[in-house]
Amino acid sequence: MKGRDFWKWKSLKIKLEVKLRDRISIKYEAIIGLEVHAQMLTETKIFCGCSTKFGSEPNTQTCPVCIGMPGVLPVLNKKALEYAIKTGLAMNCTISKFSRFARKNYFYPDLPKGYQISQYELPICEHGNIEIVVNGNIRKIGITRIHMEEDAGKNIHEGAGNYSFVDLNRAGVPLMEIVSEPDIRSAREAVEYMKKMRTILRYLGVCDGNMEQGSLRCDANVSVRPVGQKEFGVKTELKNINSFRFVEKALDYEIKRQIKVIKEGGKILQETRLWDSTQGITEPMRGKEEAHDYRYFPEPDLVPVVVDQKWIDEINASLPELPDIKRERFVSVYGLPENDADFFTSDKPIADWYEEATASYALSVSGHKVVSNWVKGELTRLLNEENRSIEECPLKPLQLADMLTLIDKGTISGKIAKTVFEEMYKTGKDAEVIIKEKGLVQITDEGEIEKAVDEIIAKYPKEVERFKAGEEKLIGFFIGQIMKATKGKANPQIVNELLKKKLST
Amino acid sequence: MKISGKEIEHIATLARLYLQEEEKDLFGSQLSSILDYMDKLNELDTGDIEPTSHVLTLNNVMRADFLVDSIARQEALMNAPSRTEKFYRVPKIIE
Repeated sequence: MKGRDFWKWKSLKIKLEVKLRDRISIKYEAIIGLEVHAQMLTETKIFCGCSTKFGSEPNTQTCPVCIGMPGVLPVLNKKALEYAIKTGLAMNCTISKFSRFARKNYFYPDLPKGYQISQYELPICEHGNIEIVVNGNIRKIGITRIHMEEDAGKNIHEGAGNYSFVDLNRAGVPLMEIVSEPDIRSAREAVEYMKKMRTILRYLGVCDGNMEQGSLRCDANVSVRPVGQKEFGVKTELKNINSFRFVEKALDYEIKRQIKVIKEGGKILQETRLWDSTQGITEPMRGKEEAHDYRYFPEPDLVPVVVDQKWIDEINASLPELPDIKRERFVSVYGLPENDADFFTSDKPIADWYEEATASYALSVSGHKVVSNWVKGELTRLLNEENRSIEECPLKPLQLADMLTLIDKGTISGKIAKTVFEEMYKTGKDAEVIIKEKGLVQITDEGEIEKAVDEIIAKYPKEVERFKAGEEKLIGFFIGQIMKATKGKANPQIVNELLKKKLST
Repeated sequence: MKISGKEIEHIATLARLYLQEEEKDLFGSQLSSILDYMDKLNELDTGDIEPTSHVLTLNNVMRADFLVDSIARQEALMNAPSRTEKFYRVPKIIE
């Protein structure tokens, strides 16, 4: 190598090294957009009168329309349209006055017509957003569009030998596809977005939000880019994410994978990848032909949908109080800490249960908090133990309110109340009945308590000596023994007062 | 020709059509003349005309969310070239 060439080579080498070093030290950020499919809670399919019920015998909920027989005509389910509009309004979307359906053409055994009826260039809702809270910061995530479409059937491979089986019960079940802007920046944010999405859909009663049963599904578009760069990187599409836990795991994995590929000097391929939950990795999708060439065209079998303002206004007026507003109200009206408000308003039935209980009991802020502690603590613990939802709760809100009133009146102590509450939960009986049956009424009779105090003092002379010598924490020991002797029924204040009086003489 | 041989093959693949060489030429020229005709239509100034969404002037044909009986399973499966008692049966799908 001649001198000049050597220096040329040397400078090139340094440049490359710097570039490589930069690439390694560069910080990357993820860009995520989510496509959520939500199954609408209609009785019947989107274009025919077949049932949408989950878990029926295979191929018993079909008709010539949903299995694509020639010569049939689909007719739009008005409820599905109403639900889509409702969702759009709740997510701050513009509702399209003029909207239509399109055919998305591809071949797959679970798609009987050879096309899916969907919406393409004129979706029912556009330009919305929802708010999520991540690490205490409010983030607004844009909703690009919400459109209506029909679900496909289900392919079954297990037990089918060299074949696959097809069940078309799900074919034609109404879905909303809710597409977000690429505004999500981390797996954590994606989870919060999905949770918020589920909460809103459940508040509206348009989708049950069950990810495990597939009534709420999520695909993610993921790319990474150096922090500060404007252009997006090459994205991959992640499919098969069917639980909240997997949303976070799959995205974390994919983000790390992409950063690693880029740092090692590789390139991201634009591809569809499947989340494999057993291995905890994403893998390129094999087998299924990837024809992103759907040749969309307007569906000639369905006439356009024209929505007038009057109907939009009516639907708008029928919207329930939405989670963000309810949360603010729980903080401002009930004086609840943010944490408690979040907890209750994340699911409407829990919020309703709390409100009913607190309305029957509390008039003060401290009272609202007492109710909150019981619902969030004891009740939730008991429900979780049996994997029950609040809808399956055997207790009525009023029963909790009554029990709390009995504590206030001094009929039972706060400590005994836990036992009473558990019994109420088990049997569904009222607090008063249980207190009577089990003889749990608080002892407030000073004479009776004094007797117990005297007995304990007489029983533990050494401890009394030690207490008098300054070992004050022994007071807890005495209280414990007295409560034990009275089966927890002694009024703790009276016990406390009497003890102190007796021990100080 | 407006449509290349490659495009014809692509369209045929998407439509699951298996074409002979001479068919590719034949359909290629036919599709091309359709596109030529579209070009001719494009010469018209349609700036003031609402795009046609549908040949009918109807809007909003909808049904209420009322349950209608489905057909019996044997009936649904009857026309399938391959089936079991409960399912349509297709060649194994590799996933």
